[in-house]
Amino acid sequence: MNKIDRNLVGIYVWELPVRFFHWINALCIVLLCVTGYMIGDPPAFMDSNEAVFGFWFGKTRLVHFVTAFVFLFNFAFRIYWGFAGNRYASWKNFVPYRKAQWRELVEVLKVDILMIKDKPVESVGHNAMASTTYFVMFWAFVLQCLTGFGLYAQTSTSFLPRMCAWIVPLFGGDLTVRYAHHFLMWFFILFTLVHVYLVFYHDYIERRGVASSIIGGWKFIEEGLLKDAGKKR
Amino acid sequence: MENKKLSIYEDCLGKGVPRRDFLQFCAAMAAMLGLEATGAAKVARALETKARLPVIWLHFQECTCCSESFIRSSHPVLASLLFDGVSLDYDETLMAASGEHAEQCLRDTMEKHRGEYILMVEGSVPTKDEAYCCIGGRSALDIVKEAAAGAKAVIAWGNCASAGCVQAAHPNPTGAKPARKVIKGKPVINVQGCPPIAEVMAGVVVHLLTFGTIPQLDGLGRPKAFYSRRVHDSCYRRANFDAGLFVESFDDENARKGYCLYKMGCRGPSTYNSCGIIKWNEGTSYPIQSGHPCLGCSEEGFWDNAPFYKRKPALNAFGIEATADQIGLAAGAATAVGIAAHAIATNIRKKNLIENIETDGDGDAEG
Repeated sequence: MNKIDRNLVGIYVWELPVRFFHWINALCIVLLCVTGYMIGDPPAFMDSNEAVFGFWFGKTRLVHFVTAFVFLFNFAFRIYWGFAGNRYASWKNFVPYRKAQWRELVEVLKVDILMIKDKPVESVGHNAMASTTYFVMFWAFVLQCLTGFGLYAQTSTSFLPRMCAWIVPLFGGDLTVRYAHHFLMWFFILFTLVHVYLVFYHDYIERRGVASSIIGGWKFIEEGLLKDAGKKR
Repeated sequence: MENKKLSIYEDCLGKGVPRRDFLQFCAAMAAMLGLEATGAAKVARALETKARLPVIWLHFQECTCCSESFIRSSHPVLASLLFDGVSLDYDETLMAASGEHAEQCLRDTMEKHRGEYILMVEGSVPTKDEAYCCIGGRSALDIVKEAAAGAKAVIAWGNCASAGCVQAAHPNPTGAKPARKVIKGKPVINVQGCPPIAEVMAGVVVHLLTFGTIPQLDGLGRPKAFYSRRVHDSCYRRANFDAGLFVESFDDENARKGYCLYKMGCRGPSTYNSCGIIKWNEGTSYPIQSGHPCLGCSEEGFWDNAPFYKRKPALNAFGIEATADQIGLAAGAATAVGIAAHAIATNIRKKNLIENIETDGDGDAEG
């Protein structure tokens, strides 16, 4: 049996609300992608019954709409938590407004993606590449909510979707909005692929418990590294 | 041109239209406009008392299908309303005068009824070169701007005048623009469709006559009374949509059974029009009822959303016909390949690091 004798320090990185957000969000995205794809290109689940006996497509749409509301409020909560949560959850990580973030971004690109350099990245929470990607992702969330609720608004009288109704005239019509909405779905799918892979990769290479941190909240960081990182922040 | 101002009712009586037919028409119009129970009386009173609306009807880049739809409207009162009621002072296609007389007519109307007349535009306006649509030696853009300046309101008939229709489709060789993009400072009512339904056209005119105001419009300038609901929401095949019963090809059993045409590219779910309610040709039928998917002709840029018989429009920007899903799948496959390559590279490049970890657990800091 192999022993690991690094001096690891446990840090509580992802608070409970962050973890809840993550998993609710993940579930929503999976549900929305699956139902959304089915709405765009319905499978031929035919039966010989009269239309009055079936409602599966209507139910698929219902699941899509209900999940969309959960997705939106979950997202809104996360924005709030960006101001209320700990330093790893802070909005400051996500908006790349500091030079150091861009430097780290290039660093991550060299070390992890292109593998030109062998030097661990020192972030405890998200690294700059990850958080910048999430920042882009947040905008994809916003766009997806706007286009989705914009389409929904026409058949709804409720306040929240009606607020997005302006997006349709802006795009020139429902079909264009629908198309943008559909195209963005693929962005979510590609993101998920890369995101899951990179979590596995980091867990494997860095051995800091990245994968389990989103379940338990703890990461295990080398003591020396933590001091350096602490100085930086 | 007749100068005596007859009301529409007087005009109808003169033509032998019985009062019963006249009232029937008023009731139908009031219902279509979504007025309350007393609405029919309001419409009737307006048509009985109000003088005719002076109208200038301009034709630019169009196929005259809007006029065709209009003049084929079934009701005799409608005919009276359109051709006498709204004294059609100038209409290149329908007027008897021609040449210099016709142009004189236009000038006279513009002067005499300045600030009162309704400008009706059929067709898009070319902006690239004035030679594309030149009438009486003047460019379409010139004519429409001059006519709009003295108009009370502008009605844009059909998709051409509302959104450019086929002329404005990619690559738009004439630089065709809809009325609202070339007319500034005047209310423009987009009566969408290719062509619009005759009863809808009449409804808009009746609204103007009855209330003297612009009807309530949606975000794209279309009267809400006729364009606030999707063809999909008033479709008699809707139950099949919700039950997931779809036509898979035009000649299959499902098509025979009258299932939903969603997968055949039906644009009903993204098209706002009254086809499912008012229908065409005296309420006889409409495209979906005859087994053909909706093309979305009352929506902006519907020609560019080809192919009509597929759910997802093709993206021509990539040189080949590709739909979002094909691009998505390709990108997904590329990502998967990238991930695999990266995973292999990780194990080769960081072999030492991983071996160190496995043997003595000492792999941190430098790899």
